[in-house]
Amino acid sequence: MDGRVAETMTSVEAMFREERGRLLASLVRRFGDLDLAEEVASEAIEAALVHWPVDGVPASPGAWLLTTARRKAVDRLRRDRTYAARLAVLQVEVDRAGPAPPADADGDLPDERLQLFFTCAHPALPAEDRAALTLRCLAGLTTAEVARAFLVPSATMAQRIVRAKRKIRQARIPFRVPGADELPQRLPGVLQVLYSIFTEGYAASSGPDLQRPGLAEEAARLARILRRLLPAEREVAGLLGLMLLVHARRDARTGPDGGLVLLEDQDRGRWDRAMIEEGRGLVLAALTGGPPGPYGVQAAIAALHDEAADVATTDWPQIVALYDVLLALTPSPVVALNRAAAVAMRDGPEAGLALLDELAGEPRLRGHHPYPAARADLLHRLGRFHEAAAAYREALDLAGTEPERAHLRRRLNAIEEAGA
Amino acid sequence: MKYMLLIHSAATDQAAACESSFEDWQVYDKAVKEAGILVDAHSLADLTTATTVRVDPSGERAITTDGPFAETREVLGGYYVIDVPDLDVALDWAARCPGARDGGSVVVRPIADFGA
Repeated sequence: MDGRVAETMTSVEAMFREERGRLLASLVRRFGDLDLAEEVASEAIEAALVHWPVDGVPASPGAWLLTTARRKAVDRLRRDRTYAARLAVLQVEVDRAGPAPPADADGDLPDERLQLFFTCAHPALPAEDRAALTLRCLAGLTTAEVARAFLVPSATMAQRIVRAKRKIRQARIPFRVPGADELPQRLPGVLQVLYSIFTEGYAASSGPDLQRPGLAEEAARLARILRRLLPAEREVAGLLGLMLLVHARRDARTGPDGGLVLLEDQDRGRWDRAMIEEGRGLVLAALTGGPPGPYGVQAAIAALHDEAADVATTDWPQIVALYDVLLALTPSPVVALNRAAAVAMRDGPEAGLALLDELAGEPRLRGHHPYPAARADLLHRLGRFHEAAAAYREALDLAGTEPERAHLRRRLNAIEEAGA
Repeated sequence: MKYMLLIHSAATDQAAACESSFEDWQVYDKAVKEAGILVDAHSLADLTTATTVRVDPSGERAITTDGPFAETREVLGGYYVIDVPDLDVALDWAARCPGARDGGSVVVRPIADFGA
């Protein structure tokens, strides 16, 4: 494949990003084989690009793609008898699982992506592969795009995706939606995958840029799909709400030089009001009708920040109360760190610092730069400049992205120039 | 699809707990048989009875027995081979196995199918 063809292919994949996931899920449902499904999905999309500009876009594009892809699959299986024999066995079991769901109200294909979400996030796959596979199969990103998203070479990502798909095939990880009894156990794994994609986009763990908003948007798009597929699951609403309420601040979060702007210094006029409104609606859905889940509570915290005119008038007592709930649901030193920062805002830096110092021995906070950065900030506010400078240096050694390091350096320089 | 469930017991201080669950094993064994998924199963004799053979490039045979450190490791104590539709079903059977409790673990490995 020469460069120009490869480029065209990439733009085709981008154009059909949404359709690709749906098509892939339907094909996997029919053939029980991800490799075959991916291959013929791509071929069908290529065919669409040849025919649609000439013949016009068909009335039901999804059905056209599926029919074309199935025809390609039949051709492929005629050529490869061994493959066909193996798939025939799978087919029996696919049929045994029950008939395909009927077409949806638009008369288009049924949305069968839910099972693919569960397969891609299956606990038997290595955690690092789950997000990659989800982006590849459901967000429709090319392998090169997934590689860029995780800042690894394309070849490395290709190997990881091949390895994950091989495990799905050889260990026969099923393509199915867990039953109602299993769902509470399996859904958090799917949500975790989407959240990990989002946080990597929101706060890149390394690299030149602080944020990779494209990745955060992909995560939100996936969460939106999942919300449509599982409308009754309140934690899905909570996760999508959390993403939107945080993503709404993206433009204010980096300065013109790409530098980090803290919440307290952000120009709140640049926050995305429409996105905040949508997020608030989702918080309501997440927190009514049953006990709160961790994503719903985090979304509620984000909403309180988004609703405040500035840091001084933010409802810190309510935020601390929500962190108490979150800490009870998911005890973790990282949550305790965030709670301590909120307590510092409610009761003053001294109270926050006392809580932070209680966390000093936590192994999970070792190497976690927000911990020394939060200490440095409180020490600074208390006028303990020597200790603040030491904590800033510690955070500087640990921070992964250049804008974060630049921010910490500026703080440190300010103290040093003041003669501490 | 065939899967082997490799049952690893914890260090020997757990042995008492294992013995008391003999009834659990009988119940599990019966359930596997009645589900019609059993291909093969065996328990292995104590690790102190094991002997290891290695043959070096010159054809020299080296025979070793496991040292006293054996008791501190997880030890393969037995296996089941079951025939079930997919990994989720295999994982469910592994989770029901008494060997997965009390510090033990069950490793689920698909049996390679060279015909496919």
